[in-house]
Amino acid sequence: MFKFHYRLERSAIGLVAFIILVASIGGFIEIAPLFTIDETVEKAEDMRVFTPLEVAGRNIYIREGCYACHSQMIRTLRDEVDRYGPYSLAVESQYDHPQLWGSKRTGPDLARLGNKYSDSWHTAHLYNPRDLVPQSKMPAYRWLLRDQLRTDDLGNQLAALRAVGVPYTDEQIANAARDAYGQANPDSAEAPGVAERYGEATNIRAFDGNQGPLTDMDALVAYLQMLGTLTDAAFTTETAEAE
Amino acid sequence: MALKERDEFSGQMTTGHEWNGIKELNTPVPKLLWAFLGTMGLFAIGWTVLMPSWPGVSGYFRGLLGSDQHQAVRQSLQEAELAKAGWTERLATGDLAALSQDEDIMAVVRQTGPALFGDNCAGCHGYDAGGNSGYPNIAHAPMMWGGDVDTVAETIRVGINAPHPETRYGQMLAFGRDQMLGSEEISALADYLVSLQGEKALTPEETAAAQTLFADNCAACHGEDAAGMVETGAPNLTDAFWTYGGDRSSIRHSIYNGRQGTMPSWEGRLSPTQIRLLALYVMDLRGATP
Repeated sequence: MFKFHYRLERSAIGLVAFIILVASIGGFIEIAPLFTIDETVEKAEDMRVFTPLEVAGRNIYIREGCYACHSQMIRTLRDEVDRYGPYSLAVESQYDHPQLWGSKRTGPDLARLGNKYSDSWHTAHLYNPRDLVPQSKMPAYRWLLRDQLRTDDLGNQLAALRAVGVPYTDEQIANAARDAYGQANPDSAEAPGVAERYGEATNIRAFDGNQGPLTDMDALVAYLQMLGTLTDAAFTTETAEAE
Repeated sequence: MALKERDEFSGQMTTGHEWNGIKELNTPVPKLLWAFLGTMGLFAIGWTVLMPSWPGVSGYFRGLLGSDQHQAVRQSLQEAELAKAGWTERLATGDLAALSQDEDIMAVVRQTGPALFGDNCAGCHGYDAGGNSGYPNIAHAPMMWGGDVDTVAETIRVGINAPHPETRYGQMLAFGRDQMLGSEEISALADYLVSLQGEKALTPEETAAAQTLFADNCAACHGEDAAGMVETGAPNLTDAFWTYGGDRSSIRHSIYNGRQGTMPSWEGRLSPTQIRLLALYVMDLRGATP
């Protein structure tokens, strides 16, 4: 029974090759079919892509390490659905590269945070959480209001996302910096183009409370106010399956 | 390879190798471990038959038990709804004023309210509902849009300056920034409002001038007597409660830049029953904290 193994152990390269082969069986059976099984990712016709400002906000979310304390994944458990809303679907993070589901909740889950609180609340809370929630242990992110947002590279960011499968159009990529400005300046000439290119459901507001030059705060609040609102799939799936 | 031999002391076979005179026993794996491994293997095979498991090219084997996490969470939510049905039905349809007198309902409200309030309202209004800078005290201060329980439930439902079609609009103009009032006029009004709190004495001439300014610019929303109007959602300016601060410089800032506070609308995020429960909870807090 062990003869083959005794022989294999005498060939270093053969042993390594065989270890790789055996270890890959599990991955091959568990992971590979996910790419061909239809229901891995649900269909959502109304799913929209991130706007350039939201992409910039998402980069800040990653830069500041928000994912270390906040998850973006409502699990299929009664208490989570009761507290946060409909459980997360795979399609909702379809355009997240990489996904930011997280695995630890020092703070609450953020998957359905979009439009739960006002922009001014987010701005004040990020500036100093203790001003609004005295017992909060979240750090203060004061520089977000001070730092100007870099927008000249947003076209390249969208192009990079397109390379990994996010369906950005040439027009969206060409207008990235313009759309980022327009989304946080509702009275500007750039604003109507944002709704035109990204849909009427897009939030177009002065996120940090001031129109004019963009700050990091504009981008991060725009991103937070979008969470969970890219598609209604989670809400419609729940009612459709219940019937 | 050296010949395998039986070790005299233990009676087991050796591996046949010899390292500097040391030989190694080749003790067989205990039978109990084999039995354990075999049982676990059988259990694993059985489990793949019962539960969703083997993937194919375009689908997967769903298992004989038909386990489905979406189904399971929906069922547990339905069971929870049924368990609560005794009071949710009364809460969803009953007259709120009558329900606030019902001890059974109010016991539920006092038990469920803190979690619901803490999750949704406390971020702005604070866990004790005492308010924060920019967010009104709803435990003690007069309600700007009306203080009866039905109005409070309606405010929670539609929000204030929110993206809800029926939302309440309360927008204080930027009198200074938009050049409707000059700097001295704003100062006169701020002094007048501070004097209403009894913290500063004005001469009769100053008071009269400020009252004229107030009547021309502020009274339409805040009322002739500055006591606020629920129709416009304008707050009472004569009491001790100030959402944005009641000192002279804060008042000046408010008059200069205006105020457009936002309360989100909760319809859609919270169920109608939850909204009604929160209204009862807030009203109960107001009663309990004089």
